[in-house]
Amino acid sequence: MQNSNNTADIISTVEFNHTGELLATGDKGGRVVIFQREQESKNQIHRRGEYNVYSTFQSHEPEFDYLKSLEIEEKINKIRWLPQQNAAYFLLSTNDKTVKLWKVSERDKRPEGYNLKDEEGRLRDPATITTLRVPVLRPMDLMVEATPRRVFANAHTYHINSISVNSDYETYMSADDLRINLWNFEITNQSFNIVDIKPANMEELTEVITAAEFHPHHCNTFVYSSSKGTIRLCDMRASALCDRHTKFFEEPEDPSNRSFFSEIISSISDVKFSHSGRYIMTRDYLTVKVWDLNMENRPIETYQVHDYLRSKLCSLYENDCIFDKFECVWNGSDSVIMTGSYNNFFRMFDRNTKRDVTLEASRENSKPRAILKPRKVCVGGKRRKDEISVDSLDFSKKILHTAWHPSENIIAVAATNNLYIFQDKVN
Amino acid sequence: MLSKGLKRKREEEEEKESLAVDALWLDPGHAAVAQAPPAVASSSLFDLSVLKLHHSLQQSEPDLRHLVLVVNTLRRIQASMAPAAALPPVPSPPVESSMADNLLASSDAALSASMASLLEDLSHIEGLSQAPQPLADEGPPGRSIGGAAPSLGALDLLGPATGCLLDDGLEGLFEDIDTSMYDNELWAPASEGLKPGPEDGPGKEEAPELDEAELDYLMDVLVGTQALERPPGPGR
Repeated sequence: MQNSNNTADIISTVEFNHTGELLATGDKGGRVVIFQREQESKNQIHRRGEYNVYSTFQSHEPEFDYLKSLEIEEKINKIRWLPQQNAAYFLLSTNDKTVKLWKVSERDKRPEGYNLKDEEGRLRDPATITTLRVPVLRPMDLMVEATPRRVFANAHTYHINSISVNSDYETYMSADDLRINLWNFEITNQSFNIVDIKPANMEELTEVITAAEFHPHHCNTFVYSSSKGTIRLCDMRASALCDRHTKFFEEPEDPSNRSFFSEIISSISDVKFSHSGRYIMTRDYLTVKVWDLNMENRPIETYQVHDYLRSKLCSLYENDCIFDKFECVWNGSDSVIMTGSYNNFFRMFDRNTKRDVTLEASRENSKPRAILKPRKVCVGGKRRKDEISVDSLDFSKKILHTAWHPSENIIAVAATNNLYIFQDKVN
Repeated sequence: MLSKGLKRKREEEEEKESLAVDALWLDPGHAAVAQAPPAVASSSLFDLSVLKLHHSLQQSEPDLRHLVLVVNTLRRIQASMAPAAALPPVPSPPVESSMADNLLASSDAALSASMASLLEDLSHIEGLSQAPQPLADEGPPGRSIGGAAPSLGALDLLGPATGCLLDDGLEGLFEDIDTSMYDNELWAPASEGLKPGPEDGPGKEEAPELDEAELDYLMDVLVGTQALERPPGPGR
């Protein structure tokens, strides 16, 4: 865990790879830090594998757009892993404008005994060579290198909010506020535009794309969410430009909850397919919703993340917190969902038992191997001893990014510039 | 930002006090709104939204989502205040009136048009960003060429396959490019809501309803936006 007040260290994305062996974080300074889980040793059966730093590299640098005279932020908006196909690991990382494919590989041997070079790499005078030898590979200290293999640039006018690897492992999509582009990993100088919601007349703009994701199994299907609280499911087989959706998911507005902020709080900040591919989960400002792909007119489940904020919307609008974009995640079996809140709280909802819990990610409350204590926000009336009142919540401490190990109960929670990793208690 | 345990300070802008009232008013628990949403927003919520819009547009690269949400919220507030806007406009600009009063006194169309024109300007700025730098240097520094270069870049970069995807052929490629940003006369008071473009005519009948002070305000916002986003001059 880093302990620094530098804003460049603010974590902006967290993602486990497909096996859960690696955990990547991206930060506001354009860096990627990858953690690797320790192999569990035979001697320490009871000690679960911990995550240690495996590789750190600068993915994106600030760029200058000369035409607009402005700087393009190097902040990493999203990281997505590719499934592992050989010894190396591959991930996509993106800032507002450019997606990059990085290869992370290990080197634990090096060649020695070159004929034409000496040990420092200087060329030898061929006249001094009297014998030839075969270079040999000798072990060296493990070195992990990250190299940029592809740079996918100049395809987005607006800010990229999502990237998603397709289940065909050959293509991926990148989405900005108004457009979604489809890329082939091998081709960097062209992409196909598959969604374009930019109106002919920008005066008519009332809605933007907020998130997008491919179906986990059907490589022709993807969803994207909007600032108006709608989700569209598209089938790329239907037409080249997916401007017409196959399915349209929207819940009618609850008239008793209407306010001037209804639209803002309905804006979807994250959309995720379940691992099974049968459901999608969306996060808006106050709730998490689970939708069945076969039912478009309303979600099948709605979970209140922090409903006590409903009466504070005006203040939250004033200080811009109402625009915060929280992410949400499924656990490996799609039975539990998790999302963040304020005051470094994060929430988990068990879909089967309908139980939920609020936990806190903070140094003060968690020493290594300590058990997290459930937290509770007091909404009014008498505040119990361990409860915290709504007015005492720290809105600058927001948990926007979390990740869940694909198969185990290990979660990663980003709290500003600190990363917390929590595991199930070992018996 | 609300920090831990800290109540809003009294010495902050006075609108925060009135917002505390608004929060009460908008509280669904409040008796007046328990049954139905509030019919009229307070002018301070309107002011706040206008400020947010202004602030958002002053960013060199505005967050489009934030902008769209604020504009939509502002339209909602404005719609609920519509009865007030139908009042006859103030004959002479009162010296001390708040900007909200000025805007309320103007026609809905003018306000919508001004917000729309701000969004339109935004699209022009965004549309030009696609050009790779070498293309921006080509051709004379005339603005229409500067407008055309990005479209070439877009065509190259998106590849030949994209042509098949555009139903409206080449026309669609130039959608982003609108040279009217360079053609507009910022100082022409007669156009409807100061919308950039050669079509000044239709706006003229709206002009009498706009006071000088309101026009000044709208022009300040536009000029402020334009000044920040004016592209580099010839020679780059």
